[in-house]
Amino acid sequence: MKLDPSMRDAVLAAVPSLRAFAISLSGNVDRADDLVQETLLRALVNIDSFEPGTNLSAWLFTILRNLFRSEYRKRRREVEDGDGSYAETLKSQPEQEARVEFREFRAALAKLPADQREALILVGASGFSYEEAAGICGCAVGTIKSRVNRARTRLAELMSIESLDDFGPDRATRAVLAGTDHS
Amino acid sequence: MKNRKPVASRSSDPSQDPAGEGNPSLGGEIRGKIGRQLRDMYDDVVAQGVPDRFVELLNRLERQNEK
Repeated sequence: MKLDPSMRDAVLAAVPSLRAFAISLSGNVDRADDLVQETLLRALVNIDSFEPGTNLSAWLFTILRNLFRSEYRKRRREVEDGDGSYAETLKSQPEQEARVEFREFRAALAKLPADQREALILVGASGFSYEEAAGICGCAVGTIKSRVNRARTRLAELMSIESLDDFGPDRATRAVLAGTDHS
Repeated sequence: MKNRKPVASRSSDPSQDPAGEGNPSLGGEIRGKIGRQLRDMYDDVVAQGVPDRFVELLNRLERQNEK
C-alpha cells in the first residue's frame, strides 16, 4: 500500500468527525479511539475498493459503523458506558448546570436503541443527508427517516422525564448552592 | 460552551416546531435543545482535531510498506 498524499490528507481530515461519531456511538473515548484506529487500518488495507470521486467520508463512516455494530453485538451484555470518561476529556468544561443537563443528555442518548442512535447522529450531527445515512447504515431512506423521528421523540420524552424528575441529588445540590446566597 | 436556555423557559410559540411533528407536551423547545446538545457534543470532539496517534499510525503503515 502506497498511500497517495492527497488520499492520506483526506483520510486524516476525516479523523475528527470519525472520532466524534465513534464517541457518540460508544460513549467512551478509549473505545472510540480504538474504533477509529481499526477503521483506518481496514480502510488502508481495502483502499483499492474505494471508488475515487465518491464520498470518502461516507465510506470511512460505513467501515466504522460496521465495526462498531459487530463489536456491539459481542459486547451487548456489558453495561453501556453512558456517562463514561467522555465528559472529562472535554476542553471546554461546561458550567455546573449545563454539565448536569449534558450528563442527562448523554444518559438519554445511551438509552436509545443503537439503530436509532446512529441514525440521529449521522443526520443530526455529522451532517449527512438521509440518503447518505441510509447508505452508511445499509437500509432504506424511509427507514432512516423513521429512526431519526423515533430517536428525537424518545429523547424528548426521556429528557422531559429527567427535567420533571429533578427532586434527586441534583436538585438538592443546586438548592444548597443557591442557599449559600443567604449568608 | 454556548449558553443554553433553561428548560423552564419552554416556549409555546408554534413557529418553534414548524413541521408540527412534536407532541404538544414535548414542544419544539426541547427538540431544539436536543439538536443543539447533539451538535455541541459532536463539535466539541471535532474541535479537538487529529490526535497524534493517528498521524503516527499512518506514518508507521507507510514505512512498513516501503520495506
